[in-house]
Amino acid sequence: MTPISGIKMMKKMIKLTVGVLLLAGFSTSAVLAADGKSEAVKPAAEFGLDEIWSGYHFAKKETQALQDDDFDNPGNLWLEEGAALWSKVDGDAKKSCQSCHNDASKSMKGVATRYPVYYAPRKKLINIEQRINLCRTEQMKAKPWKWKSKQLLAMAVYVNNQSKGMPVNIRITAENKPFWEKGKAFYYKRRGQLDMSCAHCHEKYYGKHIRSNVLSQGHINGFPTYRLKWQKPGSVHRRFKGCNKQVRAKPYGLGSDEYNNLELYVKWRGNGLPVETPAVRN
Amino acid sequence: MKLSGIATVFCSFVGLAGLMIQPALAGDKDKMMMLVKYEISDGPAIKAINKSLTGKPGDPKKGEDLMANRKKGNCFACHMISSLAAKAKDNPKKYADMGEIGPPLDGVAGRYTEGELRMMLVDSHKVFPDTIMPSFYRNTGFTRIKGKFKGKTVLKAQEVEDILSLLKTFK
Ligand code: HEC
Ligand code: HEC
Repeated sequence: MTPISGIKMMKKMIKLTVGVLLLAGFSTSAVLAADGKSEAVKPAAEFGLDEIWSGYHFAKKETQALQDDDFDNPGNLWLEEGAALWSKVDGDAKKSCQSCHNDASKSMKGVATRYPVYYAPRKKLINIEQRINLCRTEQMKAKPWKWKSKQLLAMAVYVNNQSKGMPVNIRITAENKPFWEKGKAFYYKRRGQLDMSCAHCHEKYYGKHIRSNVLSQGHINGFPTYRLKWQKPGSVHRRFKGCNKQVRAKPYGLGSDEYNNLELYVKWRGNGLPVETPAVRN
Repeated sequence: MKLSGIATVFCSFVGLAGLMIQPALAGDKDKMMMLVKYEISDGPAIKAINKSLTGKPGDPKKGEDLMANRKKGNCFACHMISSLAAKAKDNPKKYADMGEIGPPLDGVAGRYTEGELRMMLVDSHKVFPDTIMPSFYRNTGFTRIKGKFKGKTVLKAQEVEDILSLLKTFK
């Protein structure tokens, strides 16, 4: 038995427990149905959507099947790599993630449901990739991983996967509210030569075909998402860039403040959806 | 600054070509395409541009290609047209998977005058302010437009007329 299958067994048990707890505690979020398929969730706050659906719901049957299969999910390669990196000592401080956080299935559980978060030393938001790199530079005295590197994607997949099945739960506080507001303004702003906002595609016309694609509500509960088109997982910010480019707009950088603010707002829109990392999409 | 350097070089080049440009605006103006002037009037249902943009008749064959072309009109991304969708058997790449974002364009020439259809193509936002449909013949008023598209329209004036000549046949 490889270590990963042991982890998987444990996670399955956790998932079941979480499911039961949720059934008892959360009336607003239908998380995982008995068949493991996601369901619509009623938004807790009022905005442009009456019902919230994971991108899973709009994906092709074959793509859903790939995601559901614990062994064939193509994101597993990154999940396993992340598990291996977790205990790998690196940097001048001679530490691994495990040195500080011990068992990821306990310490990282729930993290994906609340990131990005306000980071006081910088007076702005950081997302999970940036948190990982902060741990590397500050705690481990190691080099930060590059945005598109296999290591950073693998670790983000691994960390977020520890919350699989738990409902996204972004709380708006006095500290993150100004950033949430900026993210919201971004979301509704037309941009690019095609002059469209995120809302045009993902709020007004979700569920409809735009040529051969079915538009989803553009949630990020499954990120980093394995995209068949990319043949690897991609970050939330990479997806935002892609959607900006589609409308012939100049994208922002990976890790930019603009995308962090947008990430917080978009994540909040998906409150109640189960974390699916690694999700599989076209 | 690097950018203004480029702008100055470009500006003197344009100056040589005989088009004098205000230096203060050079950064934006050097890339601006000159648009054909048009007049907007009231049509029976919506606003209209009654006069042809070019005075030259459109070519419906070219119009069909422009509607399919993902880098041009890309109308099929959002609109279904039954008569053209029927060609998907022979050419799926071009005619299959028409979208369902906008209304089907079957019979659209019966619902709008030619001038109204021209208005829709030139600047749909003037008629439907919240629409997702792009303005195909407008080159200002954008946010964070990507460099190579700056000052340009999605379609050229004659291309609008080409598409229009085909739309007119959807009775
Ligand atoms: C021209 C239409 C269009 C616009 C505008 C657009 N998107 Fe998308 N987006 C798509 C398409 C098509 C896909 C792939 C199918 C899907 O998942 O919806 C997609 C996918 C996504 C996904 C992945 C969803 C998943 O389940 O994996 C996210 C997140 C997203 N978009 C966010 C945004 C944001 C944020 C904006 C604005 C900055 C935006 N989109 C603007 C068309 C658009
Ligand atoms: C991104 C989506 C999109 C694209 C691309 C698009 N349209 Fe539209 N179109 C719409 C929508 C949506 C409407 C309905 C107006 C509204 O409510 O926004 C519309 C309305 C129209 C109408 C009026 C139809 C009616 O019955 O009221 C015409 C004509 C039209 N479009 C033609 C075109 C042509 C021709 C092209 C390509 C050159 C095109 N459209 C490209 C989305 C689009």
